[in-house]
Amino acid sequence: MTSVLVRDVSLNFGSVEVLKSLNLDVPEGEFLVLLGPSGCGKSTLLNCVAGLLDVSAGQIFIKGKNVTWEEPKDRGIGMVFQSYALYPQMTVKGNLSFGLKNAGVPKDEIEKRIARTAEILQIGPLLERKPSQLSGGQRQRVAIGRALVRDVDVFLFDEPLSNLDAKLRSELRVEIKRLHQRLANTMIYVTHDQIEAMTLADRIAVMKGGVIQQLDAPQAIYNRPVNRFVAGFLGSPAMNFIDGEVGTGPAFKTGSISVPLDRYTFDGADSHTGPAVLGIRPEHISFGDAAKSAPFSQQVQVELVEPMGSDTLVWTKFGGHNLSFRVEAEKPLNVGDQVLIGFDPARASIFDTAAGNRI
Amino acid sequence: MADTTLDPSAIAASEPYGPRPRAVFSPRNIFLYGTLIVVAVYYLLPLYVMVVTSLKGMPEIRLGNIFSPPMEITFEPWVKAWATACTGLNCDGLSRGFWNSVRITVPSVILSIAIASVNGYALANWRFKGADIFFTILIVGAFIPYQVMIYPIVIMLREIGLYGNLWGLVIVHSIFGMPILTLLFRNYFTSVPEELFKAARVDGAGFWAIYLKIMLPMSLPIFVVAIILQVTGIWNDFLFGVVYTRPDTYPMTVQLNNIVNSVQGVKEYNVNMAATILTGLVPLIVYFVSGKLFVRGIAAGAVKG
Repeated sequence: MTSVLVRDVSLNFGSVEVLKSLNLDVPEGEFLVLLGPSGCGKSTLLNCVAGLLDVSAGQIFIKGKNVTWEEPKDRGIGMVFQSYALYPQMTVKGNLSFGLKNAGVPKDEIEKRIARTAEILQIGPLLERKPSQLSGGQRQRVAIGRALVRDVDVFLFDEPLSNLDAKLRSELRVEIKRLHQRLANTMIYVTHDQIEAMTLADRIAVMKGGVIQQLDAPQAIYNRPVNRFVAGFLGSPAMNFIDGEVGTGPAFKTGSISVPLDRYTFDGADSHTGPAVLGIRPEHISFGDAAKSAPFSQQVQVELVEPMGSDTLVWTKFGGHNLSFRVEAEKPLNVGDQVLIGFDPARASIFDTAAGNRI
Repeated sequence: MADTTLDPSAIAASEPYGPRPRAVFSPRNIFLYGTLIVVAVYYLLPLYVMVVTSLKGMPEIRLGNIFSPPMEITFEPWVKAWATACTGLNCDGLSRGFWNSVRITVPSVILSIAIASVNGYALANWRFKGADIFFTILIVGAFIPYQVMIYPIVIMLREIGLYGNLWGLVIVHSIFGMPILTLLFRNYFTSVPEELFKAARVDGAGFWAIYLKIMLPMSLPIFVVAIILQVTGIWNDFLFGVVYTRPDTYPMTVQLNNIVNSVQGVKEYNVNMAATILTGLVPLIVYFVSGKLFVRGIAAGAVKG
């Protein structure tokens, strides 16, 4: 069953089009991540779903009810903000109960719900404290609690972890995932962090310029990005892009190198020729003995080595273009070494140079 | 030479270590404190003259030593200034004016701040259509000289039957406080994170609930600033007081003027001084009591477009 349905929603601020006739269908219980660079409209879309911004055109349905003109409180949503947005003069308990009091929930029911929320998020000992006496992680937990306590159908997260340090971020990420597994509510989560998106999402909507570029499961987006923007935005270290052209064979030619593409599945039946960009992820490039058995291999010279602890990123030149690949940290590689690298063209992505679309 | 540079203990003893020593009588300090002292004396001397003069009897004042402390301290002038000095028709001193001023200041301060804070809140958080135009008009209002509006307001007050009434003056003060107070509150509320406001909306709080339960408790410093601005401004006002009230409802400042500038008989300098200090006492106390909060609030609501 559809939980949140966004139909043809546009939003203009003056002459600036922030959202362009956007459609989104979120099934019940799904964890959907809106991912994109800043200014892509992802937070704006979330605010529209929450009812904090009025749409210029289109409709929004939550649980089958048209809520386009409804106030935020009547939409059955709970929202968690980047800056926590806890009411500074109220205790944690006051923060949790504020919404319930406004809704006229009876006192004993409020107590019951706060107790349950405190148990789920383990914030029981903090209930009498003021937000200023809490650490960043505790604050965000309380902010999540404030959404939880309202017993809503849909949770909206607006970059909830962006204000936390790296360690806390990964801890809370796991906690949010656990929370979703336990509650099985619909959750819409906005972030610009592709790791958060990959780890949390059932489906990711990659946005750019107010338009959803690709909406799919994380693995599908990672493996088969629809265009060069999506390909470059997801994955760390970033995908290598090599300019060249697709010739007959079919084969991809760059400089003096020719990569056979008979294993590559083109979008659509007809074969393409012309200028193109080959995208290959650093982790899909094998090296040394493993490269010998790869469908395509090439001798290259090491130019730069970036050790990252768990593995090492090696930079080299490939047909005159920079190329990075990932090797295990234990492999001793020095600048100037001649090595054999290889990859399977089936795992590569080829984009049209002009439009940037996958071909 | 080479030996001394290689010996670490010798270096440790001679090299700078710990806090840098600062000379008490450095040119910098002399200049700094000298200037501060001169400025402080400049401002405090008149006050000193006023206090000592108010404590002297008239014969002593006629000796002409205005800086010398009183030989015989008397509180007679203070009592007279408060209770029996003549202002035009009445001879009950400043006490009447004091209570008039209280009756003008208290409602004016409450009314103006109540309205201006809601104005500022609405302008900062509820971006209604035409908000910018409304705000611009309000700010332009702050630059129109009061004198231009005195006569039209006299007529308007007369038409609604409030001319010469204390409430008429209260309304005038509230209106004239509006531009600067609205600006002050708008800027303060703008600095409150927008997400807090959004969170409150998601939590089902409306316009008034957000204002009363979220914004008000967060904005004590700016309210203190507004109260100080208004109390001192309205208490010290002379122009509106003399124009919009009648002799029996004159505020303290107008009465002070009438005492000091009365032309019959001997100039009673000691009574004049005592009356002036009495009139200035209220703003003075307000500043002393709330100094710290005032600075905090000014910094928080700093007047920025």
